Amino acid sequence: MAKTAAKAGSQKDISRFRWTLKEMNRNKVGYVMIAPFMLVFLLFTVAPVVVSMVISFTDFNLLQTPNFVFFDNYIRLFLDDDIFLIAVKNTFVFAAIVGPASYIMSFMVAWFINELEPKIRAVVTLIFYAPSISGQVYLIWGTLFSGDSYGWVNATLINLGLINEEIQFFENAKYVMPLCIVVALWTSLGTSFLSFIAGLQGVDRSLYEAGAVDGVRNRWQELWYITLPTMKPQLMFGAIMSITGSFGFGGVVDALCGNPSVDYCAWTIMHHLNDYGGARFEVGYSSAIAVVLFAIMMGANALVKKLISKVGS
Amino acid sequence: MARLRTRKHKVVLNRSVGGDAGITLLLVLLGAFMFLPMLYVVMQSLKPLDELWMFPPRFYVVNPTFRNFKDLFVLMNTSWVPFSRYIFNTVFITVLGTLGNLFFGSLAAYAFSKVMFPGRKWMFKAVRSSLMFHKTVTAVTNFIIMSALHMVDTYWALIIPAWGHTLGLYLMKQFMESNVTDAVLESARLDGASEFRTFWVIAMPMVKPAWLTLIIYSFQDLWNAGSSIYIHSEQLKSFNYAIGQITAGGIKRAGASAASQVIMMAVPILVFVITQSNIIETMGSSGMKD
Repeated sequence: MAKTAAKAGSQKDISRFRWTLKEMNRNKVGYVMIAPFMLVFLLFTVAPVVVSMVISFTDFNLLQTPNFVFFDNYIRLFLDDDIFLIAVKNTFVFAAIVGPASYIMSFMVAWFINELEPKIRAVVTLIFYAPSISGQVYLIWGTLFSGDSYGWVNATLINLGLINEEIQFFENAKYVMPLCIVVALWTSLGTSFLSFIAGLQGVDRSLYEAGAVDGVRNRWQELWYITLPTMKPQLMFGAIMSITGSFGFGGVVDALCGNPSVDYCAWTIMHHLNDYGGARFEVGYSSAIAVVLFAIMMGANALVKKLISKVGS
Repeated sequence: MARLRTRKHKVVLNRSVGGDAGITLLLVLLGAFMFLPMLYVVMQSLKPLDELWMFPPRFYVVNPTFRNFKDLFVLMNTSWVPFSRYIFNTVFITVLGTLGNLFFGSLAAYAFSKVMFPGRKWMFKAVRSSLMFHKTVTAVTNFIIMSALHMVDTYWALIIPAWGHTLGLYLMKQFMESNVTDAVLESARLDGASEFRTFWVIAMPMVKPAWLTLIIYSFQDLWNAGSSIYIHSEQLKSFNYAIGQITAGGIKRAGASAASQVIMMAVPILVFVITQSNIIETMGSSGMKD
C-alpha cells in the first residue's frame, strides 16, 4: 500500500490513488491510534538522527551561530584525529568479539536447556539472564579483580604461586580489553537469549520425528537442517538485539577502568562521542562521530541479515 | 532407520550419551561463570567486617550478618537530599513512563497489526529499524531537542521519551498479530463497537503476556537509569544514582556497597521470576520475518 501511495502521481494510476485516499479515509482511526506514539518516536528518535546528520556538516558548538563547513568534520575525524582511529579499532574489536560471542552463547545455552524439565529450565534461564537485568552489579568484577591483595583473583593466584605480586588488572593495557570483553559477555545474555528459548520451544516436534525418519542422524544435523531454518525469524531478531548491545556497553568500561581508560586502550567511538558532545560541546564534530557510529551499526545489521538468510541452505 | 528412544513419555531423537555429557559439562561451566559473580555479591553483602578484610579473601561467608544493610540505611540518612526523595523520583518516573509506554505502545501496536491504514508497513519498518542502533548515538542531539522543548532538568526528560520505546511496541505488535484473530475483532466491529472499544475490550485482554513483557522492559530501563545527562538538579536524581554515590566512597564502604548492589538487583530479578513464563510466551512471536 505504501507503494501505491508513492506511485500515485501518474495519470494511469489515478484510480489507485483514489482508492488509497478512500482507504486512508476509511481507516483514519488508525492514524489517530498511532499518533501519540509516533509523535514521541519522531521527536526523540527520528529527529535526533536527522538533526545529527545536518549538524555534522557544521561547526555548531551550542553558543555561536553554526557555519556550514561541509565535510571538514569528517576529514578531521579520519585524517587528523588519532584517538578517533584508536576508538574505531577498539569498537570494532569489541563488537566483533562480543556481538557474535554473545549471540552464539545465547543460542547455545538456549539450545542446551531446551530439553530440560520446565521447572529446571526456568531456574537455569534465571541464572543466565539475571546479570543482564541487574543494573550495575557488574561492579563485582571490579572487586574480584581488584588490584590490591583483597582482590579475590590476585589473592588466589598468589596463593597458588603463579604470581609474586598483585596484577593491576584495570591499569594494565594488556588486561583491560580482555577483561571488559569478559564482563560485557557476562551481561549480554538478554533479550536475544529469551527470544531463542521461546523460538526453540516453538519448533514443532513432529518436524524432528519426520526428520529422524528421513535420515537425520544426530543432533547437529537436526540443528542445521530442522531447528535453525525453522527459527530464522528469531535468529534475525536476536541478531539485531545482540549487535545493538555489542555497541552499547561503554558504561561497563567507565565503571571498571575509569574514563579515559589507561592509554585509551578501551576507548570506543561511544566515549569519543560523549567526550566531544557532552564535555567539550563541539556538537558539530560529535554529530559527525554519531553519524559514523550510526552508519557502522546499520552496516553491521545489513551484513548479518545477509548471513542469516543463508542459514540451513 | 534412525534410533528412537523415549525419555519421560516424550520421543527423544538421535541423542548420543557422549553428546549429552559434553553439553551438560559445558552448561555447568558456563553456568558457574554466570552465577559465581552474582553469588559473590550476596556473600560480600553478608560478610562481617573482619571477613571483608581478611587476607587471603575467602569466597564464602562464615558468620553471615545484616550489618552491612544496616550501615547502608544509616548512610542513606546522612545524605543531603532526603533519601525518600530519590526513591520517590525513581518510582514516579518508572510508573508514569511505564504506563505511558504501555498505553500508547499498545494502541499503536493494535493499529499497526489490525487497522489496514495505508502507510502502516513503511511506518512500522521505520519504528523497527530503531532497534538497530543504540540510543547513546542520539544522546547529544536529543539534549539539544530537549532544551528547545524546555524539558531539560525536569522529570519529563526521562518520562516522555520512555513513552516512545520501540522494543515494547515491536513485541506487542508481533504478539497481537499471532494471537488476536481477525474474526473476533470483525464480529465486535459488526456489533457496532468503535475501533477504540474493540482495542480496549476485545484485543487488550487477549494479550496479557505482552503487556507484562512491555511493562518489564520499560521498568528495567527506568529502574536501572543512573545519572542522566538530562538531569542535573540533585533533587530530581534517581535512587540508582544516589546509591552509586554512597558506595563510591571507596573501599571503606565495600560492605554497604555490596548490600546496595543486592538491593538493586533483587527487584528486577524478583520481577522476572514472577513474570518469566509470560515473557517467554511473548518472545515466541518476537521473530522478524523479512
